[in-house]
Amino acid sequence: MKRFIGFIKKEFYHIFRDRRSLFILFGMPIAQILLFGFAITNEINNVDIAILDHSKDATTKEIINKISASKYFSIKQIVTREADIASVFQKGHVKAVLNFEKDFSKNLIKEHKASVQIITDATDPNTANTISNYINAILLQYQKELNKDITITYQIVSETRMVYNPELKSVYMFVPGVMTIILMLVSAMMTSISITREKELGTMEILLVSPLKPFQVIVGKVFSYIFLSIINAVVIVMLSIFIFKMPVQGSLFLLALESILFIISALALGILISTISATQQTAMMISLMGLMLPVILLSGFIFPISSMPLPLQMISNIIPAKWFIIIIKGIMLKGVGLQFVWKETLILLGMTVLFIALSVKKYKIRLE
Amino acid sequence: MSITISNISKSYKNVKALQDISFEVKENELFGLIGPDGAGKTTLFRILTTLLIANEGTATVAGFDVISDYKMIRNSVGYMPGKFSLYQDLTVEENLNFFATIFGTTIEENYDLIKDIYVQIEPFKDRRAGKLSGGMKQKLALCCALIHKPKVLFLDEPTTGVDPVSRKEFWDMLKRLQQKGITILVSTPYMDEAALCDRIALIQAGKILEIDTPKAIVKHYSKPIYNVRANNMYQLINSLNDYEYNHSVYPFGEFVHYTDKRADFNQKELKMYLETKNLTDIEIEKTIATIEDTFMELAK
Repeated sequence: MKRFIGFIKKEFYHIFRDRRSLFILFGMPIAQILLFGFAITNEINNVDIAILDHSKDATTKEIINKISASKYFSIKQIVTREADIASVFQKGHVKAVLNFEKDFSKNLIKEHKASVQIITDATDPNTANTISNYINAILLQYQKELNKDITITYQIVSETRMVYNPELKSVYMFVPGVMTIILMLVSAMMTSISITREKELGTMEILLVSPLKPFQVIVGKVFSYIFLSIINAVVIVMLSIFIFKMPVQGSLFLLALESILFIISALALGILISTISATQQTAMMISLMGLMLPVILLSGFIFPISSMPLPLQMISNIIPAKWFIIIIKGIMLKGVGLQFVWKETLILLGMTVLFIALSVKKYKIRLE
Repeated sequence: MSITISNISKSYKNVKALQDISFEVKENELFGLIGPDGAGKTTLFRILTTLLIANEGTATVAGFDVISDYKMIRNSVGYMPGKFSLYQDLTVEENLNFFATIFGTTIEENYDLIKDIYVQIEPFKDRRAGKLSGGMKQKLALCCALIHKPKVLFLDEPTTGVDPVSRKEFWDMLKRLQQKGITILVSTPYMDEAALCDRIALIQAGKILEIDTPKAIVKHYSKPIYNVRANNMYQLINSLNDYEYNHSVYPFGEFVHYTDKRADFNQKELKMYLETKNLTDIEIEKTIATIEDTFMELAK
């Protein structure tokens, strides 16, 4: 036990004396959460649009007023000719142009039908989609107001309610993802680098020619990084609660347990990586390419798994991060308990056990 | 026997690093493994310290088999690899403490063993190991290898890259350690250090050339050997190499060591030959063979 404590003490000397890594270790989660929370969002706010109003009557005025009154749009420009639309977009000042047809109001009354064209700048397809949805919603709302006196006999009223994230805040979606990435990165990359560093510097040679058991070396490494990863997880959860007002609906205790399970599986992966790489650089490349990319692309963090082609969906199943994201989204946003995520937890547990078994088996008790 | 090596062979892909090596190191012996870079010294050390497995042959260290009893060996030997292998970001004291702890001991417990060496680096005990000079690093590495009072000490080129004064001090320390009952296997590319060992093995290209005491090895050198000196070293070597009766020509400090093929070698004849090559200030005198001469002769 004394040996083990001595080893852990040494690991902490390494960690705290490498200021640069330490800064990355603790700076990265904060930077990423803030970036994802503030900068990279799917929400729209104060989007500049232009209006081309051919009829200029009471109805179009009212609609335009409604649009500009919403916090989503601000009317930047009034276009007078159809031909100007292209140049307005090219200048890039506005994201959308609303084109009201001639005699809008008259058509609406006489023919019960009037049309308005929504032209959006689809260089950014997501934003274009969102803008058009928002404008449509405003138009629909206006239409309802017009029809409130008329009763239509058959009517399907759809009422949408966004549950778990009623304001559609994208930070809610990013926090679980970022937490997964950070934990994966810190745990897997840092352990693999720290073991390969011993190999590269030749200290592994001395450690091997010592009574220290392979098991003690591995657990010693893992222990220090579990500690760091937990600190990181706590920082991320605190940031999302206090800065982004993201509620954690479920039990914090369960969240902590699941996080520790995921951290251990990532650490085991890190050890596995270190057994196949001879230098710190290789370890870093494998961690980045082999872990980061799948975690970002295939875990369902940014791109929904259900819309992936079948082969990719199958691959996503072997990525531990996928299961962890499902679990923590459930706990943080839906407030579910273990009875709803036991299956995912079991899968993650199975993977962890497999990784640990593999890494202990693959760990070399000699050089070569 | 402290170390026995029998018929050890080891090859990497297509390089034969060791070929059928056998020798023994006695209890409490200071045994030197002498040979140039790439001779297979480090490979042999790694096999004996259980870091590598030989393709063929068996070996024991302190009575334990290097394969089946590897755990026992790891408990009872001290190993100092050729490359400085301590934690550069830990201080002198922290390094020593760490190695003491993982071997289940403390600095205080075996302080008398390392005292002579440690007092020299103690003034710098709060300095990071990476910032020490070459000689200091070696002393620290030796302390770390000794802290658990090993039965057998393996030192792989401990003095490479160390200044001559520190080298001498280092060997004095080895002698003192030997008196404390530790068996030492040391490798070095420096022939002058070989003379300080009890016995040496000359090794080249994975083969043992000769094993004996330094004195006996020198005696094996049968041919008379001559120190030759002249005003122009470069031309002297060239001329001697062109001389039809030459057996060997090796530069040796300010002299050239020369041996002749003939039994009835005449110094005057050689001098006359060299004079025809426009060399002046020629001096030829008989000298005694060194380990280096023996090595060169055997490696031929």
